[in-house]
Amino acid sequence: MGRYILQRMAYMLITLWVIITFTFFLMHLMPGSPLQNVEKIPEELQEAILKEYGLDKPLPVQYVQFLGNLAQGSLGYSYKYDGRSVTDLLMQGFPASAQLGIQSIIFGSLVGVLLGSIAALRRGTWVDNTANVISVLGYSVPSFVIATLLSYYVGVKWGILPTGLWGSFQHTILPTLSLSFLVIATIARYIRTEMLEVLGQDYMKTAKAKGLSRTASIGRHALRNALIPAVTVMGPLVIGLITGSLVVEQIFAVPGMGWMFVESIQVKDYTVIMGVTIFYSALLIISIFLIDILYGVIDPRIRISGAKE
Amino acid sequence: METTKNLTPDLFEPAETDVKEQEQIARKKLTFWGDVWRRFRSNKGALIGGILLLIIAVMAFIGPDMNPYTYRAQDYSVINKEAFGDHWFGTDALGRDLWTRTWYGAGISLLIALLAAAFDLFIGVPYGCISGYYGGRVDNWMQRIIEVLYGIPNLVVIILLLLWLDPGIFAIALAMGITGWITMARVVRGEMLKLKSQEYVLAARTLGASTSRMLVKHMLPNVMGPVIITIMFSIPTAIFFEAFLAFIGLGIRPPEASLGVLIEEGYKQLQLYPYQLFYPAAVLSLIMFAFNLVGDGLRDALDPKLRQ
Repeated sequence: MGRYILQRMAYMLITLWVIITFTFFLMHLMPGSPLQNVEKIPEELQEAILKEYGLDKPLPVQYVQFLGNLAQGSLGYSYKYDGRSVTDLLMQGFPASAQLGIQSIIFGSLVGVLLGSIAALRRGTWVDNTANVISVLGYSVPSFVIATLLSYYVGVKWGILPTGLWGSFQHTILPTLSLSFLVIATIARYIRTEMLEVLGQDYMKTAKAKGLSRTASIGRHALRNALIPAVTVMGPLVIGLITGSLVVEQIFAVPGMGWMFVESIQVKDYTVIMGVTIFYSALLIISIFLIDILYGVIDPRIRISGAKE
Repeated sequence: METTKNLTPDLFEPAETDVKEQEQIARKKLTFWGDVWRRFRSNKGALIGGILLLIIAVMAFIGPDMNPYTYRAQDYSVINKEAFGDHWFGTDALGRDLWTRTWYGAGISLLIALLAAAFDLFIGVPYGCISGYYGGRVDNWMQRIIEVLYGIPNLVVIILLLLWLDPGIFAIALAMGITGWITMARVVRGEMLKLKSQEYVLAARTLGASTSRMLVKHMLPNVMGPVIITIMFSIPTAIFFEAFLAFIGLGIRPPEASLGVLIEEGYKQLQLYPYQLFYPAAVLSLIMFAFNLVGDGLRDALDPKLRQ
């Protein structure tokens, strides 16, 4: 186990380094410069600006400098927001995004587990079919379509909930709902399959034979065992949520990281693009790692060996 | 005892029937693909998905020619009008016909997705084949590379690549293909490892089949099932990503249209003219829905072991 963790960590570092390098060079290959309306700025001023941001040095030098700063935990300063450090901006955007992500995972998982287990218990009936259609729909309709529909109907037409901005819990409801459809669909589908498998196991017969009530046998034996493998879908789910949050935050004007990322792409704010990219990548790599470890811990049948399959 | 002795060989005549004939198989042979089709057909959802897909594909072809307008012709006398006359879906902010643009865009979206899937095939399948078939040190190195690449979030790479390349049909498909092949390579490698130890492979090798013949003639056909399933799920993902990229401003350039571009344009008009978002969004959702249904159906049909 210890060796496995060390090995995984080494891979994580290499992956992160590949991402950082790739991002850095690609960013500088991009057409256009972070200076807008270049032709109107006098030459000397242009040079001075580039110098201030360290953009006048050769690329390899900038690269080494960047890595050095990164090792000290500094991601540089934003070009657009004068004098604000990228770390600062990240920390400003992160809470809103994290809150949305966590809320939609919790809400989505609850509904998904419920939907999935009901479908499995009522297998082959209309309940099952309806649940299946709902989960395929949740898979198929992109979150930004759901978000725009919700914002139009619930927000504009019926005027029940605010369509934008941030502040109270009310503001989080619509974006959370838009994001949780994917979670519901994924979890429901998974739980249904697992549940069906568990229900056919011998220990379920034993539970029934010894006279356990239906609720007890399902709640204590079936559901618990069906939940374990569902941990594996958390990785792809986190990725899906981050992807979704980029557009959902834009639609509902949530001051989160997703919004910041899209904005930084549009104005070519190099340092912010780098910062968010590295942050997202690290977040994903670490969460997938944790999920893998967690999986082995919850289910002792899965033995984590030295990376050999 | 007495009677047996009286029997002489000339009393016997060979029977007319041939043993071979008795064992003749009269019913139609069921091939693997025949079996797959039979199972696929009995799956109602998959069949609905297939029909939907067929209709959408046909509409993407003939839809844009069904009325006299082109996807880029602007007519300032009919700006932002809801469906009327032969503008069946109405017109957009530049007076372009939304029906034509929607189906034209659906075609472009499908094209991008198919191209992305082709990239998956051409990089992922050979990579997985080589890695799985040769095994040993080659496999070890190829897997290490995959492990590193697998950790890189697709989203980040696609966005960065599109910032660099000018977003066009090919660039978008390429960006998705570059990240998409990894799943395919993993699937193919896993299958290869399983197949490698089967008897028929040993038999083929004993009979002196060359490596290339072995891979192409004997093993690839047996990997086709999982490959098709992977493709069926990577196509809707690609369609989604195209729309997603357009939404954050990295879609193909106007006046070209794809479903993503149309949704993005419609979103800007949402408060006043919601219909401009609904039509392309509905078509996009339908395509994704149909692909997922067909994908599910194919998975069940191709791999009955997985079936619950």
